[in-house]
Amino acid sequence: MTTLNPEMSATINSTSHEHHHMPPRGMMRWLKTTNHKDIGTLYLWFSFIMFLIGGCMAMLIRVELFEPGKVILDPNLFNQMTTVHGLIMVFGAVMPAFTGLANWLIPLMIGAPDMALPRMNNWSFWILPFAFSILLSTLFMPGGGPNFGWTFYAPLSTHYSSDSTALFVFSIHIMGISSIMGAMNVIVTIFNLRAPGMKWMNLPLFVWTWLITAFLLIAVMPVLAGVVTMVLTDKFFGTSFFDAAGGGDPVMFQHIFWFFGHPEVYIMILPAFGIISSIIPAFSRKKLFGYSSMVYATVSIAVLSFIVWGHHMFTTGMPLFSELFFMYCTMIIAVPTGVKVFNWVATMWRGSLSFEPPMLFAIAFVILFTIGGFSGLMLAITPADFQYHNTYFVVAHFHYVLVTGAVFAIMAAAYYWLPKWTGHMYSFKLANWHFWCSVISVNVLFFPMHFLGLAGMPRRIPDYALQFANLNKIVSLGGFAFGLSQLLFFALVIKCIRGGESAPAKPWDGAEGLEWTLPSPPPYHSFTTPPEVE
Amino acid sequence: MYSNTKRLLISVGLLLFPIFVEAAQLNMTKGVTGISHDIYHLHMTIFYICCAIGVGVFGAMIYAMLRHRKSQGHKAANFHESVKVELAWTIIPFLILIAMAVPATGTLIKMDDTKDAALTIKITASQWKWHYDYFNKGVGFYSILKTPQKQIDNQQAKDTDYLLEVDKPLVLPVNRKIRFLITSEDVIHSWFIPAFAIQKDANPGFINEAWTRIDKTGVYRGQCAQLCGKGHGFMPIVVKAVSGKEFDSWLKAQQQAKLVAAKSAQAALSKTLSKADLMKEGQNVYLAHCAVCHQPNGMGLQGVFPALKGSKTATGPVHDHIHTVKFGRLGTAMQAFSKQLTDEEIAAAITYERNSWGNNMGDAVQASDVHKVKQ
Repeated sequence: MTTLNPEMSATINSTSHEHHHMPPRGMMRWLKTTNHKDIGTLYLWFSFIMFLIGGCMAMLIRVELFEPGKVILDPNLFNQMTTVHGLIMVFGAVMPAFTGLANWLIPLMIGAPDMALPRMNNWSFWILPFAFSILLSTLFMPGGGPNFGWTFYAPLSTHYSSDSTALFVFSIHIMGISSIMGAMNVIVTIFNLRAPGMKWMNLPLFVWTWLITAFLLIAVMPVLAGVVTMVLTDKFFGTSFFDAAGGGDPVMFQHIFWFFGHPEVYIMILPAFGIISSIIPAFSRKKLFGYSSMVYATVSIAVLSFIVWGHHMFTTGMPLFSELFFMYCTMIIAVPTGVKVFNWVATMWRGSLSFEPPMLFAIAFVILFTIGGFSGLMLAITPADFQYHNTYFVVAHFHYVLVTGAVFAIMAAAYYWLPKWTGHMYSFKLANWHFWCSVISVNVLFFPMHFLGLAGMPRRIPDYALQFANLNKIVSLGGFAFGLSQLLFFALVIKCIRGGESAPAKPWDGAEGLEWTLPSPPPYHSFTTPPEVE
Repeated sequence: MYSNTKRLLISVGLLLFPIFVEAAQLNMTKGVTGISHDIYHLHMTIFYICCAIGVGVFGAMIYAMLRHRKSQGHKAANFHESVKVELAWTIIPFLILIAMAVPATGTLIKMDDTKDAALTIKITASQWKWHYDYFNKGVGFYSILKTPQKQIDNQQAKDTDYLLEVDKPLVLPVNRKIRFLITSEDVIHSWFIPAFAIQKDANPGFINEAWTRIDKTGVYRGQCAQLCGKGHGFMPIVVKAVSGKEFDSWLKAQQQAKLVAAKSAQAALSKTLSKADLMKEGQNVYLAHCAVCHQPNGMGLQGVFPALKGSKTATGPVHDHIHTVKFGRLGTAMQAFSKQLTDEEIAAAITYERNSWGNNMGDAVQASDVHKVKQ
């Protein structure tokens, strides 16, 4: 390029522009694509497939727990199912879905032609299918796949695990590399490709929250890579990082893991905050309340996330001082999180509300995520945590923030931007069915888990005492209904891609942002000339 | 139309009612200790605070959803910030949190004080059983799940205390301060007994402390709370709390029983049992202690627990076999059974393993053979 003089390159561009930049057809289009929309689509489909695979595992778990006694899974297989379900949902469903949304939306929202590092973008997606093929293949090996919980506490994951642990470690490494590359791309794009005139304090909140998420990813994914590597060397190369007999400490594993793990929790929820902050104003036809406090709240949640990891470890025998420190820090997180919820409610207050499918999911998000926040606050109270910890109360808590939080936000995003992506409107009727089936069944699924936990039912057990039988049956029925409801979503998306009423550039009258200035679907290179932002 | 809606609501209500009744019985236990009462009250306070905030937040949302609808022609207002309001909902939650942190800190400090205990119990976890040692009293025993495999496999009706019953419960006195020292021999377990509000991890190579003072006699049940492998759901905790007097006489009886047991173990060394007797006892021991990993058919679990059928150990020199069972294999899930089983039981189990599932070594291992093998 540098050898060409400007005149020549201009000629080349003007003559070969059209066919040079059109995507090749067939498989090669997807394999070699460097286009942010194609890669976004790949991420989103990948995430949905993983959601279904992880969901099938959840269904098996709920069948096993349908009644006391062995139903279909022996305990070893049950442990593999809970472990791989967790890993798939966290690393395969939720995180790639957000990366897919980032790919699709960030260039559109900031007025850029594409992501800043398109080839790395291709690479960061295409290593993911390999990571998950490796992980899933372990289930079919002698001794089975990982069976030590997605938190893989040592020494259960070292001396007491099957040999497929090595493959588990490699797959986590690949996922981590993919996440870091995705995060770098987001940061570089946002710093360099904003439309002229787009200042930091008028970035769309989805862009803000993703920027902060990307920094969290870069900070903690290497920590995860470190801890899995230590597990690998402890198991196969005779080191003793986590083995007291060799001078190590099994609790150190948990410190390192949760130093990654707690920011990871916010990695999975901050972009969701950004989505909800886009949707609620659009369907309230009113500007977002407290834009700047939203930004500051997100930053403070991100900073606090680094000093609260100990609240996952209150029962490990920490000294009193540490318990108090982590309790206070954890409680403080309720303040910025509360600010966000209050801001959303204030945005709705005296708005002009309508209830299209994205708004339904956004409202469900606010209510149900807040319930998850309440149980989080209860869990922060250290003495009470000794009664909640490792019971179904915790399972209820994190499914409220991850399923009715992160997953509902992803659904809301899909319903909000699907017309933009496909150029077609989708069936509101089907979407409403999907919403109501999901929101009812998800509560039948997760709400009774609070009570099971309070009654003392430990998590990760394949069989349980008789007093837990009735509620477990209800939970399982809710689970099956929730799982089936997601097939409606699948049908709706396929239908929407294949056809339907054409979507206008801006299908929602209250929507704001640069993405709505482009036609639906947007041109292959989103903004070839940067738009002017006032 | 109206009556239909009403009927629907009533039937949904009736449908949900049993769920509420069921749920109401499943609140956190008040427990039977001072600390567990404190924690119950902390739990209820924070719960009510959350409910109050929830009513406010969700109430405002629902009001807006009903009254500020576009379909009713409501026009959107124009406000989008207010320093006063935003400050208020930053500061007020902060104050509520401080009010909550104060009693929580008090309880936590109380829980941390393990001084001046009248009795110390050392709890050692291993896959998948608990060992209780009455410190300096010369009494200690394993506590193992009593529920038969047949109930788990649905071939037998389940007891009321299905999966929450053990062969020997931990016996403790009421109204005395009891200190627990908690550790593990293999992976991390967690000793969780809601009635005392104790959940403390058993970490291999480290010792954790906890304490309790039980107010009421009775039987209290809990379970291992930390994923510890295949048998995680099958290592319950049962505590029998008795009066101080009863406890003292129980302890004395245990000490005497231990002397008797030592004598009979000594006697067993000079006994020679027939192979048939050894096989019969061996099967019982094997099913109770070995089958959980190596499986009743001796096939193990491929890639996790080795098969004994045709294995090098079970069909090799008897000395190595005894050594493995007595002292375990370091760095694997194979435990040292010399502390859990008598020489006679080990001899019987080994005889059984060497002569079952097609293994055909023909030898009858005696207690004295086991006794001779040293580490």
